[in-house]
Amino acid sequence: MKTETKAVDIDRDKGDFAYPEVHVRDAGRGLSEKTIHYISDVKEDPDWVREFRLRGLKTFLEKPLPTHWASKDLEAIDFDKIRYYLSPGTGAKRSWEEVPDDIKRTFERLGIPEQERKFLAGVEAQFDSEAVYSNIKKAVGEQGVIFVGSTEGLIPIGDNKFSALNSAVFSGGSFIYVPPGVKVKHPLQAYFRINAESFGQFERTLIIADEGSEVTYMEGCTAPKFETVALHSAVVELVALKGAKLQYITVQNWSSNVFNLVTKRGLAHEDAEIKWIDCNIGSRLTMKYPGVVLKGRKSRGEVLSIALANNGQHQDTGAKMIHAADETTSNIISKSISIGTGRATYRGLVHVPKHLKHCKNNTECDALLINSTSRTDTYPAITVRGTGNSVQHEASVSQVSAEQIFYMQQRGLSKAQAMSLSVNGFVNDLVRQFPMEYSVELKRLIELEMEGSVG
Amino acid sequence: MDELRVENLHVAIGDQQIVRGLSLAVPRGEVHAVMGPNGSGKSTLAKVMAGHPDYHVTKGKITMDSEDLLALEPDDRARKGLFLAFQYPSEVPGVTIANFLRAALQSRLPEGEEMEATEYYAKLYEKMELLGMDRSFTSRAVNEGFSGGEKKRTEILQLAMLEPKYAVLDETDSGLDIDALKTVAHGVNSLRGSKIGILLITHYQRILNYIVPDHVHVMVQGRIVRSGGKELALELEERGYDWARAGADEPVLTR
Repeated sequence: MKTETKAVDIDRDKGDFAYPEVHVRDAGRGLSEKTIHYISDVKEDPDWVREFRLRGLKTFLEKPLPTHWASKDLEAIDFDKIRYYLSPGTGAKRSWEEVPDDIKRTFERLGIPEQERKFLAGVEAQFDSEAVYSNIKKAVGEQGVIFVGSTEGLIPIGDNKFSALNSAVFSGGSFIYVPPGVKVKHPLQAYFRINAESFGQFERTLIIADEGSEVTYMEGCTAPKFETVALHSAVVELVALKGAKLQYITVQNWSSNVFNLVTKRGLAHEDAEIKWIDCNIGSRLTMKYPGVVLKGRKSRGEVLSIALANNGQHQDTGAKMIHAADETTSNIISKSISIGTGRATYRGLVHVPKHLKHCKNNTECDALLINSTSRTDTYPAITVRGTGNSVQHEASVSQVSAEQIFYMQQRGLSKAQAMSLSVNGFVNDLVRQFPMEYSVELKRLIELEMEGSVG
Repeated sequence: MDELRVENLHVAIGDQQIVRGLSLAVPRGEVHAVMGPNGSGKSTLAKVMAGHPDYHVTKGKITMDSEDLLALEPDDRARKGLFLAFQYPSEVPGVTIANFLRAALQSRLPEGEEMEATEYYAKLYEKMELLGMDRSFTSRAVNEGFSGGEKKRTEILQLAMLEPKYAVLDETDSGLDIDALKTVAHGVNSLRGSKIGILLITHYQRILNYIVPDHVHVMVQGRIVRSGGKELALELEERGYDWARAGADEPVLTR
């Protein structure tokens, strides 16, 4: 079945374009057991995966939306109108030459092959439901690093309604295994692209860093702007074994019709370190709280996040740190920027039980409000029991003052440039901790967002 | 004509008249001082010239080299060559002096043209040396946690880097100890020349010992009441603002 749709409002920015659909596999609209069987048939799932999906569907249908604390806007998602599986049916190619032209053009416009040549150790590119390209640099592959499409992991089906949905219809994502002691010098990257209208993307990623290994993984996301709702509901799981260091970087730039509801969790064993770097730009509503379970002694967890909520957008983000061993440390730094009617919410969960000793948490959350209509909320939930543990929480809300903008204008900067520089200044100390390539990309995205924001 | 010119300027905040019929002209190559007591409208004059949105010009003109400044946005005025050293400079959290000045200089270049980094830093370090500033200053955020003296020095550093046609220095001397005052004055003096006109706004005569003006104007109740050479500042110091105020009834047209 081939379908064709046109995108509206092309050229708003780099990610906002769409080529006609070229899908040969299409599960149609809506979600039922039939949908599950269609996906399982196409993917030739073993029986246990099919059953896993069916259990996921059951759980998803049973669970209510999280309405008592979350945004009512979730009710705007019509699950009967979403398309749960679309694929060009080509499989994942190992060279860009083999990727069909119209799909290749999409990734070229997004600059992926170029970045791959410049600084990446491996790339996987997903187009709607399936990876169309997957390659790892030879030298990295020879070290025993595995980078392939993924299946299952450690977040239970019933963790939340959307992890259940993901369990039912998951497709795409990556599985990465880094053998003991291997230090992958350059980042591995996955790029998730929604091309079709009313589409739901449900990838699942599992990364295992074996003892003493090190790896950085980067995901990028874009979609064209359609008038209808799109859904991105991923599950990402990280496991860092003894002494391993795992860094997961997200730079998402979803268009404003995307609901981005993602479950992310990491498990850190003894002396291991898991760091989530999470940059949330765009989308209509993002709900995402990356977490680390600090299971091993002296393990470390970190979440550094930046959220930018523009007109009509709600970035509901945060972090979870579950301390489950002695001498574990966690660090959360969250910065949000609200523009126009944008709203940024921080939700943090820090849990240190009574029997643990010498655990430390540091939480800082800073919000910047650009307009008088902008909104920010902070909901920290910190439970620290026992006597030998320490916790520190700091929060601030600031505004870019009219005097500051006038001062910058007096030096020759336009109002928009002044705003953009102020916002970059606000996130600067955090961005400095990011790898260079991503901090440049992030700065560019912030500038784009600020361009239209001053009257 | 190459001058920064104010003609019969009237300025209000809300319904309060602050500047009432002020006229003044600073030709390029000259240094003029405006002296006045608190509340005379000196700082209002400085902000109006730069285009602060809170002030409303009810009458009169401001021109720069014959071009109407009041029709321009603050950033246009700046790029065309007007600089204001603020009495209370704003903090710009997280933005380093180096990046801030770089963005300011970049905004003056035609689109698509990039600044040369090595030249930029060479010039920046040279000007910092002139003002007795340590190089580590470049990586500090603009005015964040600066002492009063550091802020004023940073204003003059920006003046030196941006090379405007006209500079208005609003109470640059306030809050400076004598050593800092000398350094700042040295910086300003080194910029003097045929290419720049400077309007020095001050409450005290003290700074004029170090930056000797070509002309002095006395501002009282929103008007220039006396104008003269540099000796007027000394006379004012001796006789006080009451003496100057006595002439406030008849506005004096300068030059």
